[in-house]
Amino acid sequence: MKIFTYSYSISSQRRKEREGKTNSQVYFASSAPLRAITLALVLLFGVFSAANAQKDSAFIKRVLPDTAKIKLNMDAVYNRPFLTVGKLPIAIGGYLEANTQYSATDGVSDDFSFQFRRFTLFFSSTIAKKIKFLSEIEFEDGTKEINLEFAAMDIEFHPLVNLRGGIMMNPIGAFNQNHDGPRWDFVDRPISATTILPATLSNVGFGLHGKYFAHNWIVGYEAYLTNGFNDKIISNTENRTSLRAGKSDPDKFEESNSGLPMFSGKIAVRNRKIGELGISYTTGVFNKWKQDGLVLDSKRSATAIAADFSTSQFNNRLYIVAEVAKVFVDVPSTYSQTFGTQQWGGFIDIIGTVVQRKVLGWEKAKLNLGMRLEYADYNIGKFIETGGNIADDVWAVVPCIAFRPVGTTVLRLNYRYQQQHDLLGNPPTKTGIIQFGFSTYF
Amino acid sequence: MFVPLLIQIYDIMKQLILFANLFVLLVSCEKLVPSLPADDELLDGPVEGLTSAQQAIFLEGDAAFNNQVFTAETGLGSIFVATSCGTCHAGDGKGHPFTTLTRFGQPDTNGNQFLNQGAPQLQNRALPGFTPEQIPAGATSSKFTPPANTGLGFIELVSDADILAMADPNDADGDGISGVPNWKHIPDYLEELDNTISQNGKYICRFGKKAGAYNLLHQTVNAYNQDIGITSVFEPKDVYSGLETDPEVSTQVVNDVVFYLQTLKAPIQRNQDDAQVQQGGQVFINIGCENCHKQTLTTGFSSVDALSNKEFHPYTDLLLHDMGSGLDDGYTEGGALTSEWRTPALWGLGLSPNSQGGQYFLLHDGRATTIQQAIEMHGGEAENSNIQFQNLSQTEKDVLLKFLKSL
Ligand code: HEC
Ligand code: HEC
Repeated sequence: MKIFTYSYSISSQRRKEREGKTNSQVYFASSAPLRAITLALVLLFGVFSAANAQKDSAFIKRVLPDTAKIKLNMDAVYNRPFLTVGKLPIAIGGYLEANTQYSATDGVSDDFSFQFRRFTLFFSSTIAKKIKFLSEIEFEDGTKEINLEFAAMDIEFHPLVNLRGGIMMNPIGAFNQNHDGPRWDFVDRPISATTILPATLSNVGFGLHGKYFAHNWIVGYEAYLTNGFNDKIISNTENRTSLRAGKSDPDKFEESNSGLPMFSGKIAVRNRKIGELGISYTTGVFNKWKQDGLVLDSKRSATAIAADFSTSQFNNRLYIVAEVAKVFVDVPSTYSQTFGTQQWGGFIDIIGTVVQRKVLGWEKAKLNLGMRLEYADYNIGKFIETGGNIADDVWAVVPCIAFRPVGTTVLRLNYRYQQQHDLLGNPPTKTGIIQFGFSTYF
Repeated sequence: MFVPLLIQIYDIMKQLILFANLFVLLVSCEKLVPSLPADDELLDGPVEGLTSAQQAIFLEGDAAFNNQVFTAETGLGSIFVATSCGTCHAGDGKGHPFTTLTRFGQPDTNGNQFLNQGAPQLQNRALPGFTPEQIPAGATSSKFTPPANTGLGFIELVSDADILAMADPNDADGDGISGVPNWKHIPDYLEELDNTISQNGKYICRFGKKAGAYNLLHQTVNAYNQDIGITSVFEPKDVYSGLETDPEVSTQVVNDVVFYLQTLKAPIQRNQDDAQVQQGGQVFINIGCENCHKQTLTTGFSSVDALSNKEFHPYTDLLLHDMGSGLDDGYTEGGALTSEWRTPALWGLGLSPNSQGGQYFLLHDGRATTIQQAIEMHGGEAENSNIQFQNLSQTEKDVLLKFLKSL
């Protein structure tokens, strides 16, 4: 799923008008976040109205992507379509996704619903030579959740040594780093990537990343120290061990719950012909073991390891991406076995392009057929009382048809069949979901 | 000129067909999603005939019972056994050894001597940083596996007079069976039910393995407090500190859960018309099982029409029976002696594996892993019936088991 990068440049005449608007808006906005959002929206509308009003294509310059450069999943944050507005030092971009779905579990239907899943804005700027900044704000389920997913600065000392600081995506698995909706032919994010590994996982911290190129090969690494998870990993209403529950801490950008940093690191290797393989690891203490100098509990760690693989073959007509992850959590033995000490899960997507040609004026429209297989076991272990297997698992198969008029936009039709076992391994609940939706960069 | 046009038209047709197919697919959604299992295969769901207002309360209770998971923040523990009702009562069916409760006390019926050491119930799990309870030296204990929660509203409405009519403390009829009710003092927050008969300030209790609970409110309040460590206005004492705390579950939620339990439907027998199932039912009566596992009881008046004055088939007499030394754990509750157990309802028996992880765990502590084993462990007052069972021909045993599995 190659994503093309476009960049637009708009005449300075129009830019002046827009700057005028921007200033007056900023003047009225009171709080800082509000101001940022207002600025973003005004810029956006400015760009769109300008682009629409300006039919003369001479004002819009399209820059084709740099296909010569091979990229890793860890580059995904910068490898997105951005709009640059004249000489404004900031480039903006974003995507949105929405869908309609019909679902039923064991014959009990939730009927039809329309879902506005996400609206994400990113801003990037090159502050000076070799100093970049990028931020990403995500509005989830309408405006129920507003997350600052990324806001970091990168300083390049050498291709092998870049310093990153701020709020960043922890490099665990590939999906977490490369999760933009339009890149995927599936409406839902992979179960294991969101519930075993808790995409999107971002935290405040700093560290190093770098890359080494050699002929058809590229090797990249990332190593960061960030704030980590919190006690909710094993104290949550999901009633199971959950890194996802443990990341939702409103204070996580201010302080580390455990008072200790979490390490996350990744090594990825890519061959232009074969594909990319990544191995990642994160570990840290998640519980509030000490408060005001008093020790409340022993230090408890949460660790995840993940392997990811992706490849694109036959001229990008076949695309495969897979990720597996295992999680280890130090759950007190006197706590309930409802909360597992180990979990694992994974997914594989296989996507084939069956038609690629001009359709209704889109030069390289694609029709893709694909399939996702996914599994998650939330509790690896045996019951102390019986020695029997602790279940608490889920699997799903998701066939899809996706139409991509351009690389940055996808219309997708998915059917999900899913079976989920409870802790005791009772007969599974069976769920069927039909989804039709779109996702696009703008 | 002409050929490209044809190709163009053909292309457009293809697109249209594709979209028409998608449309058909979306319209036939219902066929593509998993269908509802038959009503008689499920234990959960409301009794038929509730008003829409009653269904709304049922749903509130359902959500509290199955989905409300307690955490340290919302009052869990500090010592506890599980985090929600639904953890132990999956699908409202029988529970698994993982969800077993341990109670401790002593062999005589003079009242529990270990109340100041956490009796009667052991909270064997604890929040991080806390230590779970241990059984004190000198105490005796027993393990209880969760029973199914279905049809309890009907059972609650059986009049005390009906229960007393089934009792035969001195075995006047000479059949070797001498069922007795569990007479107990009950907490002050419980109001006397319509059909209640009291004796020296004691009341007939009917819920639980030893019939230790008076009604569903009593059982629910105790479950919140003893199983999850959640206090309420009814039972404000925290299990860990022994001190009164602010209620951690609202009275509204407790009431909704009680209503939910009252209006859960009774299990529906499967294959009722099968000839072997019917023969098995006859064997069940012939060898004396029905003397305790009473087939038919009736409810008294209820403001919920769906429950009022109804005949139902739970296969229990709600009485305590001496089950012999094999099932004697040395633990008492109220007037129930160490070897005495309340006859469990057998309705829903065949669906047990659907909530017990694909297996049977029968009798009070789940020690029997097949129905046959459960019968063969019957002693005391049921000894005679057990011997008759063992003397049955294999075909008679088979039809009996088939009947039991149809329940
Ligand atoms: C730790 C597991 C566990 C939890 C949690 C639990 N129960 Fe139970 N439940 C049991 C066991 C074991 C019994 C049998 C107890 C007895 O015999 O006294 C039982 C019995 C019952 C009964 C009596 C059924 C009968 O046939 O007599 C009801 C009603 C009930 N529970 C409701 C609840 C409610 C409501 C909650 C949540 C507030 C709850 N339970 C939470 C394990 C549990
Ligand atoms: C004297 C009364 C009595 C008689 C007669 C009797 N039972 Fe029982 N039955 C009980 C009691 C009491 C228990 C619960 C014992 C325990 O939990 O340890 C029980 C338990 C059971 C159970 C396990 C139910 C469960 O939920 O765990 C089955 C099955 C059963 N009986 C079937 C039979 C059959 C079949 C017969 C006839 C052969 C029979 N019983 C005769 C009193 C009786």
